[in-house]
Amino acid sequence: MSFVRSLFGTTRARAHLSATAVRATFSNQIPLSVRILQAQQARYLTEHARSAIDNAIKSSPVVLFMKGTPEFPQCGFSRATIQILGLQGVDPGKFSAFNVLEDDELRQGIKEYSSWPTIPQLYVNGEFIGGCDILIAMHQSGELAELLEQADVLVPEPVENAEAK
Amino acid sequence: MSTSGISSSHMDTVIRERLNATHVKVDDISGGCGQAFEVIIVSPLFVGKNVLMRHRLVNSALKDEIASIHAFTQKDYTPEEWQKKQQE
Repeated sequence: MSFVRSLFGTTRARAHLSATAVRATFSNQIPLSVRILQAQQARYLTEHARSAIDNAIKSSPVVLFMKGTPEFPQCGFSRATIQILGLQGVDPGKFSAFNVLEDDELRQGIKEYSSWPTIPQLYVNGEFIGGCDILIAMHQSGELAELLEQADVLVPEPVENAEAK
Repeated sequence: MSTSGISSSHMDTVIRERLNATHVKVDDISGGCGQAFEVIIVSPLFVGKNVLMRHRLVNSALKDEIASIHAFTQKDYTPEEWQKKQQE
């Protein structure tokens, strides 16, 4: 789990999102004053955040919204979640983490998006799985291993097993 | 988003009232500032619901409380599960 991809934290991603928003606004035949007003409204920002979160969730089969990064979690619950995903053997190539502390819009938006009040939040193949408590419970019961196995997101078994020789 | 803390006894009361809980254990793990709670909830409302559904039920019943604190962690059991767990 050695990389972090962030759509939110980089200026490039922000610039891209803004450009999209501007194009969408200009395609409507609405007076400039009204457009500016719309852009300032919270509702508009929420839609903007929603589509950014949609893209984030689709960015990898396993997506974690957390505080800090996998290398440096900044909250015990995010740390525990990263440890569980590591123990389960989630393939780093199929995993993305988003640091909500880098973007306040994401931090608030993801709570609303998932109808879930806390961070971290885990998505697998676009589906909300739960927060830290749920992952711990599913880890202990074996449900998480089953879910990740079925989702085909685990590191392949090493080939150099005794039987392979 | 700064807020005043919530007391353990307040959490205990609202959980019993809103979730029909038969057993509640609230631990304030904030070190006294009232911003972090670890709770165990036993309620017949959890019967037939998976973990995610139970958590969603609790989250929505305690929406305002959870929004005003820093950390909230929960374990939810049905009365039957709780009894079994006590015998272990």
